[in-house]
Amino acid sequence: MSSSSADKPSVIKARAGLFWLQKTETVQDEEVDGEYGLVINGHSLAFALEKDLQLELLRTASAHIGVGISGQEGMQAVLSSDFSFAQFRYLQRLLLVHGRWSYLRMCKFLQYFFYKNFTFTFVHFWYAFFCGFSAQTVYDEWFITLYNLMYTALPVLGLSIFDQDVNDRWSFQYPQLYTPGQLNQYFSKKAFVRCMMKSCYSSLILFFIPWAAMHDTVRDDGKDIADYQSFALLAQTCLLIVMSIQLSLDTHYWTAVNQFFVWGSLAGYFAITFTMYSNGMFLIFTSAFPFIGTARNSLNQPNVWLTIFLTSLLCILPVVAFRFILIQLRPTINDKVRHKMRKEALPAPTKPVRVKRISTRRSGYAFSHSQGYGDLVTSRKFLLKIPVRTRPALFTETDSPLAQNQPQHYRTITEEPEGSQSP
Amino acid sequence: MMASSYNAKEEDGHHSGTSSHGAAGAVKSKKPDNTAFKQQRLPAWQPILTAGTVLPAFFVIGLIFIPIGIGLFVSSNNIKEFQIDYTGVDISSPCYSCAKNFSWNSTTPCVCSVPFTLNQSFESNVFMYYGLSNFYQNHRRYVKSRDDSQLNGDRSALTNPSKECEPYRTSDGLPIAPCGAIANSLFNDTLELYHIDSNGTSNPIPLAKKGIAWWTDKHVKFRNPGGNNNLSVAFHGTNKPVNWRNPVYELDPSDPENNGFINEDFIVWMRTAALAHLPQALSHHPEEAQHDPHPTQWQILVDHHLQLPCAQL
Repeated sequence: MSSSSADKPSVIKARAGLFWLQKTETVQDEEVDGEYGLVINGHSLAFALEKDLQLELLRTASAHIGVGISGQEGMQAVLSSDFSFAQFRYLQRLLLVHGRWSYLRMCKFLQYFFYKNFTFTFVHFWYAFFCGFSAQTVYDEWFITLYNLMYTALPVLGLSIFDQDVNDRWSFQYPQLYTPGQLNQYFSKKAFVRCMMKSCYSSLILFFIPWAAMHDTVRDDGKDIADYQSFALLAQTCLLIVMSIQLSLDTHYWTAVNQFFVWGSLAGYFAITFTMYSNGMFLIFTSAFPFIGTARNSLNQPNVWLTIFLTSLLCILPVVAFRFILIQLRPTINDKVRHKMRKEALPAPTKPVRVKRISTRRSGYAFSHSQGYGDLVTSRKFLLKIPVRTRPALFTETDSPLAQNQPQHYRTITEEPEGSQSP
Repeated sequence: MMASSYNAKEEDGHHSGTSSHGAAGAVKSKKPDNTAFKQQRLPAWQPILTAGTVLPAFFVIGLIFIPIGIGLFVSSNNIKEFQIDYTGVDISSPCYSCAKNFSWNSTTPCVCSVPFTLNQSFESNVFMYYGLSNFYQNHRRYVKSRDDSQLNGDRSALTNPSKECEPYRTSDGLPIAPCGAIANSLFNDTLELYHIDSNGTSNPIPLAKKGIAWWTDKHVKFRNPGGNNNLSVAFHGTNKPVNWRNPVYELDPSDPENNGFINEDFIVWMRTAALAHLPQALSHHPEEAQHDPHPTQWQILVDHHLQLPCAQL
């Protein structure tokens, strides 16, 4: 299969039993609400790709990704596809495990990225009302430079690389987990607007709580703490801590690398801040580091730490409460499987089933995101029409199961050592 | 869409060595290693939000925060504060005439006295602050308008101040020390506190003018060029800021530790406020301000110097 363009994506809604298929109606792709993907097996595809059907299939195929099988016939499919592998059964893993994880990670990453940057920017918007609309930044310029570059870069990278919601075995066990991806649930226009609302709320907290705390305050020895530099330090520390906690809430799979990135970034922030606000850096680069002494003089006030604590909780608690309530009242398939995962042991890998079956009794139809092979299926062309024995030899190598017309043995990839497996 | 190809030429379980014995230097398998890292099986902690974690956490947070809140509220209410507005806008205010008639470059002082009554005793360590409302010390152009190198005593910056200080960088051809709009608008009203006892005599209350700025500011950030002595020599070749009455080395001639750039009032003013209403420390009185719990009379003598010409700011 390779991708090509189609004009009007539509899907055939049909009801099927083992040997029959009844077309009910043709609808546009977006209106379909069910699961409509199945994996094609080797014989069906080999049959379907015979020359008189080949053109018809290639014209109607319109997938979002193309998957090619590398094998005995050559590498053309590999060269023109997005993903390729050697055996059909790997498609299951590609879709249900890697594809799903990839979608999940991408959406989490996007949502978090928009959230952290919108919050950061909205705080400046609120400050404009208090600084005469002069575009004065709330935060230290060095913080602004390093915020996206260093302080929040590694944690979100860790999230995007390592995050999983469920294990791969559980993904096989519950293919319905794939549905949110098909329904575009994790990042859509609605999700984006929700993210903006959350940013707006967070930014209000992240500005006005420090504002109120610093509004009419002095240090406990009477000296100044409501100055611009201390306020900047307070606001930026609150922001970074809230962002780190938010990322921690989003991360469902905490590997050692994730832990290191998150805690390391926070520690790095404090280390870099104290270094930049130290005497040494000021004396070397005077105009570049004017915030000298700010960290030492403001972070030893319990007032400041209490403000940070309050801000973090006010930003995070509604998110936690909202997610918790959603899990209780409207659990998604993801939530259900994750809860089940905690209680039960890992499902055993499926044993290879050695069933002697005549291949032509198996019916399969290809997976496509839009108008795919529904017509082919409903035309019942693939059923027992051409006797198996008169088919030309497809493969030159005769010692593989395909040439001997033996069905492929479906095996789930296990973590056992390679030596114990045999075709 | 990525085009990443996972190319395994052999069937699962076969190694290339067994199927092509004759090939010299067998083709290396491109199969990824079966390690936990590459197969995404790293050991991980997988927390989920259950009722057993969330609800107790909420309760614990509530239980921690309520006492903290009560403590903060009580201690904040125990702080005694008294504000005196000496703006002199109202015609009945004692400082009306000074506010109306005074101009910033006048040489004779204009003194007005504001009496007030304290009804409760203020325990020790009484701090006195001055405040300006609607004064946007956080305006971006204003905040930038300073030269930290010059204030750190750098000689080259003293004679050649930074461009950020414009238009308060030079005056009459000489560089301004300290340059910039922040220094130029230094608050220079002097306030003196008097206690009026039952006989009607005013007793001046000594107020400590030092110890109001951060230690790092006074000892690291702000340094006089060429040491603390002979400041008039050190500042030779520079001019005072435009709206100042005296040059910077006459801020406190009686105390060389408080003169020049390291004058604490100056340092406190240069630490720009974050918001538009700025209380700045003026002085503090380390002893108890009042022993007598009965209402007592006090008086503040304001020596008006500060007159901000709005058109120039």
